[in-house]
Amino acid sequence: MTDITSLPPETAASLDLHGRDMAVAGQWRLFWLKFKKHKIALASLVVIVFMYLVAAFADFIAPFDPNATNSRFTYAPPQGLSLMLSGSFQPHVNQLKMTLNTESMRREFTPDPTKPISVSFFVPAQQPYYVLGLIPMQTKLFGLTNPKPGDSMYIFGADRLGRDIFSRVVHGAKISLSIGLVGVFVSLILGVAIGGISGFFGGWIDLAIQRFIELLRSIPTIPLWMGFAAAIPVGWPPLRTYFVITLIVSLIGWTSLAREVRGKFLSLRNEDFVTAARLDGMSEIGIIFHHLVPSFISHIIATLTLAIPSMILAETALSFLGIGLQPPIVSWGVLLQEAQNIRAVAQAPWLLFTPAAAIVISVLSLNFLGDGLRDAADPYEAVS
Amino acid sequence: MSMTKDTILEVRDLKTYFPTRTGLFKAVDGVSFELKRGKTLCVVGESGSGKSVTARSILQIVDRPGRIEGGSVLLTRADGSTTDLAKLDPRGRAIRDVRGKEIAMIFQEPMSSLSPVHRIGTQIGEALRIHFGTPKHEQRERVLELLRQVEIPRPESAIDRYTFEFSGGMRQRVMIAMALACNPSVLIADEPTTALDVTTQAEILDLIKKLQQSHGMAVLFITHDMGVVAEIADEVLVMYRGKVRERGPVEQIFHAPQDDYTRRLIGSVVKLEKKAEVRLARPAIPAGTPPLLDVRNLSLTFPSGLKAVDDVSLTVRPGETLGIVGESGSGKTTMGRCLLRIYDAQAGAIDYRRPDGQTVDIRTADKAALEKIRREVRMIFQDPVGSLSPRKTVGQIIAEPLKIAGMKGRELNDRVADLMQQVGLEPTWRERYPHAFSGGQRQRIGIARAIALNPRLIIADEATSALDVSLRSQMLDLMMKLQDKLGLSYVFISHDMSVIRYMCDRVAVMYRGKIVEVGDTDQVVNNPAHDYTRALLSAIPHPDPRNRRIHTRFRYDAGRTLSANG
Repeated sequence: MTDITSLPPETAASLDLHGRDMAVAGQWRLFWLKFKKHKIALASLVVIVFMYLVAAFADFIAPFDPNATNSRFTYAPPQGLSLMLSGSFQPHVNQLKMTLNTESMRREFTPDPTKPISVSFFVPAQQPYYVLGLIPMQTKLFGLTNPKPGDSMYIFGADRLGRDIFSRVVHGAKISLSIGLVGVFVSLILGVAIGGISGFFGGWIDLAIQRFIELLRSIPTIPLWMGFAAAIPVGWPPLRTYFVITLIVSLIGWTSLAREVRGKFLSLRNEDFVTAARLDGMSEIGIIFHHLVPSFISHIIATLTLAIPSMILAETALSFLGIGLQPPIVSWGVLLQEAQNIRAVAQAPWLLFTPAAAIVISVLSLNFLGDGLRDAADPYEAVS
Repeated sequence: MSMTKDTILEVRDLKTYFPTRTGLFKAVDGVSFELKRGKTLCVVGESGSGKSVTARSILQIVDRPGRIEGGSVLLTRADGSTTDLAKLDPRGRAIRDVRGKEIAMIFQEPMSSLSPVHRIGTQIGEALRIHFGTPKHEQRERVLELLRQVEIPRPESAIDRYTFEFSGGMRQRVMIAMALACNPSVLIADEPTTALDVTTQAEILDLIKKLQQSHGMAVLFITHDMGVVAEIADEVLVMYRGKVRERGPVEQIFHAPQDDYTRRLIGSVVKLEKKAEVRLARPAIPAGTPPLLDVRNLSLTFPSGLKAVDDVSLTVRPGETLGIVGESGSGKTTMGRCLLRIYDAQAGAIDYRRPDGQTVDIRTADKAALEKIRREVRMIFQDPVGSLSPRKTVGQIIAEPLKIAGMKGRELNDRVADLMQQVGLEPTWRERYPHAFSGGQRQRIGIARAIALNPRLIIADEATSALDVSLRSQMLDLMMKLQDKLGLSYVFISHDMSVIRYMCDRVAVMYRGKIVEVGDTDQVVNNPAHDYTRALLSAIPHPDPRNRRIHTRFRYDAGRTLSANG
């Protein structure tokens, strides 16, 4: 035992740059350290957190009721929000002056700089509402200081009924972002349970489950969804439709997760440390919860994050085709559906671009985030 | 400069650094040496000493983010021109002309260094096409000639086969043929025999030596095995943590080492050349003692039809260490796992004598009996990384068997601390995770877990083969200390004859699932009865350059062609 004392202890390299002791760093510390190196994923995490906050507080952030119509301002263009007025800080929009073009029979709007409409923060709401369905509120984040008839504030423009697109996109986030989470949650339960059974029992059970998954995956998804969605009775309340749509989009999602879980089960079962636990006399259930689950939980989180964007896209696709969510529910897919005609694209492109931008940003950020999580999922590759 | 006419490659003050999270890692820190025509320089060192990075720096194929920070690598050609390779652009034309053509390299893992999607003829021919633009039909002629040179049987059919159709030794021969394709003046061999069995290793070493003589190449041979060094080196460079500790003729390194580290390295190798002193001093176990474990006619055939364990019978007496030695694929690991019912043997009996004198057949024991037996018969695994869950602290890992056995609270804490002390670990390290420990320390954690329940028999499967040689004897000494203290018996499975000789009382030699010879270690080592044992023993490189013997080794041929094996 003389040699080991004469060699410097290897733990000397266990302190990181900030002098923290890596020797006692557990799985999640290493996970975070590795994730932090992925700068785009880190930025995406910020974006995602921001978007979910917007969705959670949509009623507070959106200045108007998403379904409030105004026949004066059909297809009103976006009004620029200016912060400064004659040298002092005074947020305002310019009043829109409407003229009727008799040749094309179209309303034309022009901003009138001589008539600023004052905008301020924390204005009283037109009617009381509940944030998160719980907290009664009387205030909106921002809005017109003294709303008068004829005043308007369409930051991202208005649609064919004069509804505020900004408010609609903010409210749409509630449905579109949460459908991904709920769908993934359903997938998680199905995937882990079925994949776990498949990997744990093996044999003919495994065979049957795997063939069933292959069968499900071989069915083209859009027609399958369409079939299910068409079966939803038209008279159902919007909330129930929402949950059924969620179930439909997660119908395919669980299969990839089940495969992932099964694969991890199979590869980990033959690891020496699992054999060692078995020799220690640990029961199979103990092995699953003490050794197998902690080993693949980070992989599952990464897979789940990557599954959310496909759920969001699935909802969007269904609603766009007119078989998903129906008005008066506001979701990004529903908004896109309303921009489905050539007139909207030609004359009011904001109807298309605003919800599309929201979808692209959220899906991209979730994908980057998922990539970063997946890279960090096994922090022991680089450390050991 | 100390250049002579024979110097082909001169490395001066080479520095290769890797920027890491913890700062700059100096993998190669001021290394200098020369390579001479027709001579072999062995670079020796333990894992992490920078020997491979040195070799890769010469050809500028260091993995990112490593880069050459300083020094020169002067290559002198036959026409007298000289190039400094360290100054060339790593992706440039100039260095690519040198790679493969003037300096060739062979790697440790012949499977991953050859492409599985190309026929070997195409792979070898590629170097010819790139460097000389040899036309197709000439290429084939040349490749056949090369395959003949590396002694691959039936080269005409071998040339159109894929790498996965060959054994490890054959693949390494293909790799060598590829390296020789352009008649390089320098051959760099990075642990070319580490992944091979000892008899195959002897064949490859022979081949490299023969080719070196016929081609007049300079060979830079990287290895951690002092036995291989003694067998083939002309000169030796000892590296430790990126620095050269000693450099000199092989004779001097082995018989008059100047440096402390070299002396310690040679010492730990020589120590394993004979039986441990504690074992020589111990009285022999009386032959009449009833055996602790009595294995009779054990057989296991895998679903693929492979007879992994074929009619194996052996006994382990209390307090004894039984060595199981054999090459890869001999079934020794499978046999060890059958003893603990990790695999279910199909036939035979494993009679285990309980402390109360009753015998139980482990092969047919029910769940409750098996659970009790598994507390008395424990296992130490080969891989110190894979056998410890990276997500548990060391304290949790060692406590696991104790917890399952029902120990809790303070008693458990004290027992874990006591176990850590027994295996030479600081009890204050219990909150650390396995990634903070070196290989040797991790193996100690594995031993602590094995002895936690006061077992009577431990099955140690290649417990030292993942460790550096200087740690190997420490681990064996620790195991013997624990054996004497706790009255343990061991079944010690290894491919390495020297560790078997060092600690085992008796040894069983396994070959293709069968036990070909059992006997007292001294008798088997000094006077082997079976031809396979003799072949195995004579292929082991002997760490004494004055007594090179693998060239005169005994070859065993059991109904297969020798070349098919290596």
